[in-house]
Amino acid sequence: MILLLGSLTMGLILSLLAFGVLVTFRVLAFRDLTVDGSVALGGAVAAALLVRGTHPLVATAGAFVAGALAGTVTGVLHTRCKINGLLAGILVMTALYSVNLHVLSKSNVPLDPEAIPTLMSYAGSASQMTDLFGWEVPTRELIVLVAAAIGVAMVGFALHCFFQTQWGLALRATGDNDQVIRALGADVGWMQTGGLALSNGLIALGGGLVVQYQGFADVQMGIGMVVWGLASVIIGDSLVGTKQLGWLLCGAVMGSVLFRLMVALALRGGLNPNDLKLVTATFVFVALVLPDVWKWWMSRRAVRNVA
Amino acid sequence: MLELKNAYKTFYAGTANEVRALRGVDLRIAEGEFVIVIGTNGSGKSTLLNAVAGTFYLDDGEISLAEHDVTAWPEHRRAQLIGRVFQNPFHGTAPSLTILENLVLALRRGQSRGLGWAIPKDARDQLRERVRLMGLNLEDRLDTPIGSLSGGQRQSLTLLMATLVQPKLLLLDEHTAALDPKSADQVIRLTERVIKQDRLTTMMVTHSMQQAAHLGDRLVMMSGGQVVCDIRGDEKKHLRPEDLLARFEEIRRSDLLDESAAEMLAEMYV
Repeated sequence: MILLLGSLTMGLILSLLAFGVLVTFRVLAFRDLTVDGSVALGGAVAAALLVRGTHPLVATAGAFVAGALAGTVTGVLHTRCKINGLLAGILVMTALYSVNLHVLSKSNVPLDPEAIPTLMSYAGSASQMTDLFGWEVPTRELIVLVAAAIGVAMVGFALHCFFQTQWGLALRATGDNDQVIRALGADVGWMQTGGLALSNGLIALGGGLVVQYQGFADVQMGIGMVVWGLASVIIGDSLVGTKQLGWLLCGAVMGSVLFRLMVALALRGGLNPNDLKLVTATFVFVALVLPDVWKWWMSRRAVRNVA
Repeated sequence: MLELKNAYKTFYAGTANEVRALRGVDLRIAEGEFVIVIGTNGSGKSTLLNAVAGTFYLDDGEISLAEHDVTAWPEHRRAQLIGRVFQNPFHGTAPSLTILENLVLALRRGQSRGLGWAIPKDARDQLRERVRLMGLNLEDRLDTPIGSLSGGQRQSLTLLMATLVQPKLLLLDEHTAALDPKSADQVIRLTERVIKQDRLTTMMVTHSMQQAAHLGDRLVMMSGGQVVCDIRGDEKKHLRPEDLLARFEEIRRSDLLDESAAEMLAEMYV
């Protein structure tokens, strides 16, 4: 039961990561690889601020700002210095590894909510237990789960509203057909940069929350996160089965939670943790290729039936 | 209104593929003038339009538009003054956005975009009326993604988007060339109506002899990156497709147009 609660909460927190990936991959049609760096950056900045006694809310906001800056750098590299989008992301991601080490001062920083005030500290002590349909679960886990659900719902709704604003609509048009938006008087470069800032801000916010939830920040925590986010978005897409942005946002949350649960179950069932990234990557590969293979197979069958 | 002074543009300069697309173009267009631009492939007519729109910067020369020196303005800034319809019907609209969303995007052409709602309360009815006036029967499908419409419908909507906020200059780049004859005819009739109604200063590139002869109040012919022929006033008014062919012949003889280009013209227009 604790395993279930834990993966639900983690899945919810990581849906911020999925939102970020959704903004770049789906809305902007930009393949941003800054993600791995900005997750860890968000975690590092939040941890460094918390250790210095900053208010947890400020530290969490700091993670967002740091991520937005990282996204801006990727955007400027791509749009002003004309570097290929994939490469711009890789450059920033690589550079961020050193930045994160400096921010953290060492490769791993513990964040014990009993010793350092974090958002977790608001949820009470770890020893209190509550009865949940006959299971004894820590009250804190339950509170955090509910808080995460509310938080993610609020961020998702805010994003949904943002995409209905003039700026948000222009951002969607940029990913759809940049020639249109240029002819209608918007600077595509700044649109993309703004979108990258928003995306990486959300991703780093996710990182900042993850470190508080798991109780430590690690400089390696970002590795493979872009694939993780992508997996969530892909699962979400197939769950909601529409291209409407509001539904895609819901799908991203469902995808993130579901994926986290699947991973937890697989690990429980004896999957070697070392194989996790390989399995994740394979999963995304299959999810990307399967629809095409399916279509090919169906069309072949149709041809055969005619014959 | 629009003035190009000594405009030069060379693509792939210094390579085997060097194209001297504009070679000293001087052109003045008065307010309210409807100019047809014709010429063979590679004559520089589309380049001329793109130079005005700001798709690229000139190598040399100046462009001024509505009392602004726009030579160094980037494309998106010139969009404050210019409405455009492209040859490819897919270029002018954002396919996964709805008709209404595309239109409200166009409503803010040349203005800053902030965090206000993209679709103001009264915009829907207002835009529905504008769409109804186009006579496309799309006014009840405002929430349909534009990508599901036909090329002709999309091109008509692009025209509406380009003129929704009245532009100082309307650029039409062979905007009916990719359409079937019936849709092309419909888009041309719409174009005529919109231009007349709002007295829009317009440059229209076309490959159709019919359009070249019957539309507009001035005709400019490009060849080899230069303006080689400029017909206006009464002469343009009484111009027939046959006259235009005679003109081509005349220009060919005066050696401004080489043999192969003349052949191409004949193939294309006859």
